[in-house]
Amino acid sequence: MKIHEYQAKEILRKFNVAVPEGIVAFTPDEAVAAAKKIGGKVWVVKAQIHAGGRGKGGGVKLAKNLREVRKLAKEMLGMTLVTHQTGPEGKVVKRLLIEQGVNIDRELYVGITLDRAQSKNVVMVSTEGGVEIEKVAAETPELILKETIDPALGMQPYQARKLAFGLGLSGVQFKNAVKFLMALYNAYESTDASIAEINPLVVTKEGDVIALDAKMNFDDNALYRHPEIVAYRDLDEEDKLEIEASKYNLNYIKLDGNVGCMVNGAGLAMATMDIIKLAGGEPANFLDVGGTANKETVANGFKIILSDPNVKAILINIFGGIVRCDRVAQGVVDAVKEVKVDLPVVVRLDGTNAEEGRKLLEKSGLNFEVAATLKDAAEKVTGVLSA
Amino acid sequence: MSILLDKRTRVVVQGITGSEGSFHTSQMLEYGTKVVAGVTPGKGGTKHLGVPVYNTVAEAVEKEKANASAIFVPPAFAADAILEAANSGVKLIVCITEGIPAKDMVKVYDAIRDKDVTLIGPNCPGIISPGKAKIGIMPGFIHRKGKVGVVSRSGTLTYEAVKQLTDLKIGQSTCIGIGGDPVIGSQFIDIIKLFNEDPNTEGIVMIGEIGGSAEEEAAAYIKKHVKKPVVGFIAGRTAPPGRRMGHAGAIISGGKGTADEKIKAMKKAGIRVAISPAEIGITMKKALEEAYGNKKKPASKRKKAAGKRKTAKK
Repeated sequence: MKIHEYQAKEILRKFNVAVPEGIVAFTPDEAVAAAKKIGGKVWVVKAQIHAGGRGKGGGVKLAKNLREVRKLAKEMLGMTLVTHQTGPEGKVVKRLLIEQGVNIDRELYVGITLDRAQSKNVVMVSTEGGVEIEKVAAETPELILKETIDPALGMQPYQARKLAFGLGLSGVQFKNAVKFLMALYNAYESTDASIAEINPLVVTKEGDVIALDAKMNFDDNALYRHPEIVAYRDLDEEDKLEIEASKYNLNYIKLDGNVGCMVNGAGLAMATMDIIKLAGGEPANFLDVGGTANKETVANGFKIILSDPNVKAILINIFGGIVRCDRVAQGVVDAVKEVKVDLPVVVRLDGTNAEEGRKLLEKSGLNFEVAATLKDAAEKVTGVLSA
Repeated sequence: MSILLDKRTRVVVQGITGSEGSFHTSQMLEYGTKVVAGVTPGKGGTKHLGVPVYNTVAEAVEKEKANASAIFVPPAFAADAILEAANSGVKLIVCITEGIPAKDMVKVYDAIRDKDVTLIGPNCPGIISPGKAKIGIMPGFIHRKGKVGVVSRSGTLTYEAVKQLTDLKIGQSTCIGIGGDPVIGSQFIDIIKLFNEDPNTEGIVMIGEIGGSAEEEAAAYIKKHVKKPVVGFIAGRTAPPGRRMGHAGAIISGGKGTADEKIKAMKKAGIRVAISPAEIGITMKKALEEAYGNKKKPASKRKKAAGKRKTAKK
């Protein structure tokens, strides 16, 4: 799960990670009030969307008086921000973070995430702050320092010291950096985060070490024990169809193609998307109906797929293991009658009771293209698309 | 022969009285698996599906000589269940549970990595040695006894590959779904090592997907150590970056873990990569024919040919 920068900073503040003073604003009036409350002479107005690269897209700007705060807030609220992470359609800005200006001495980087190859968390720092870390990793990997964290012990002070020294810090800056790293790891671990990335981490002329930006993502599997994080969910940042699908417990991801698909199992669903492409189409979605493909799930799946106007054909691919294909077939027949599907539908059934299922579809009098194997299904999709 | 699991394996089911545990225990018993005990804390001393139920795994090991465990407990309790099994003397743990937090699994993995125990999963269909036994949720009837090992991060996509093999009369020694989570007990490389050492496994199918770098690591190992034919498939060539595709571990992050990277590494290692998921079976058929000669040869001759090839390679 993703959250906004201002929400991440709220969490970090609770864990004693130094962040600039800031307040979220939904209107220009609120933005001005926030700036007044924060005080000082310089403020940063930051667009809040679930994507990086906001600065380059014009979503982060400096204001030197309250009039400028109002002007920038007016400009940014409602604007469509396009960054390398939003896709060409961009995202509409609905929230702003108003922050105090910071007297930057150096910009650094720190990120914590799971290193899957080791099955351990790793803390990474770099002197190359403010730059995309993937770029640093590709071009100058020697500028990234890493410490692997022992799962039983957690981050140790010597590891934080090693990283802080590695960043070339000394004196007060060093002390504050060690404190910062220890607190950040604690925040990451305690919230079941999947990533905590501070880019840039700034060192001020006064010696403070502050998270100028903050990105936190969380492990969906652990959300059941973090209602405070679930409360941060912003539905405006999610696709409408995906929200609808999640109400039916369907695992749906919208894509840009023309062939909708409905599959049981995530791996097979990905493979089905791949075969749609090989058959000459483009997948319109990922949809895993899971282990209980019954009439309701199939009907709901159809409704979601059909709400996407780009869909020209549908491929249903069910490999019956625990799920019985004849039951799925009955579900498909009932759902097609109920939902009124007028697009061509290719149904591939294999596994438990597959033959009975295919017979049911053929006898239904409805217009199905019935396939037995994946190869057969791909050919029928090609046929349907070229018809 | 098979790896990790055979007719003699004595299985304890953790969470046997739950609905999932009950259903799959009866399926496992039907397939011929020796399910010798169940564990549900508080229900010790009862019987379920004719199987004695104990309060702890340790009791099941002591009283019924269980040496493998199948875990069907809910995600919030599964990490604890794995640790209980690992500290009670079973050698093989198969965790079917989906949805265990990664943080819990990082700790579990660290706690058991140096123990003499093999963990399969979590979030997996389990393991089957066709004709002998199964621990997991896969449909037994699509399998066929034989000599190809199958290892995969997926569930139904594994069934798909197995069915293709079976339809071509290519049997399997053991099929293992290692799971779709970012932290799992056994990686491709662990299972491929076992298949490589198993004299009766003649070929290996590995089915990967986007996310992580386990396929690349396995490919490097295969290039160095595996002489048996290996067929690969990677799901998710059309998956968008930054999105979790169902499985917690199936995500391209920071431009890493793409299908194309994995396919490239696998091809470089001499693995035959099926580009279409419909061609996994046929690709293995061709690979076996190339490695061991035409299938029509009598079994005895084929064995000789295979043996010769191995000595020649040494």
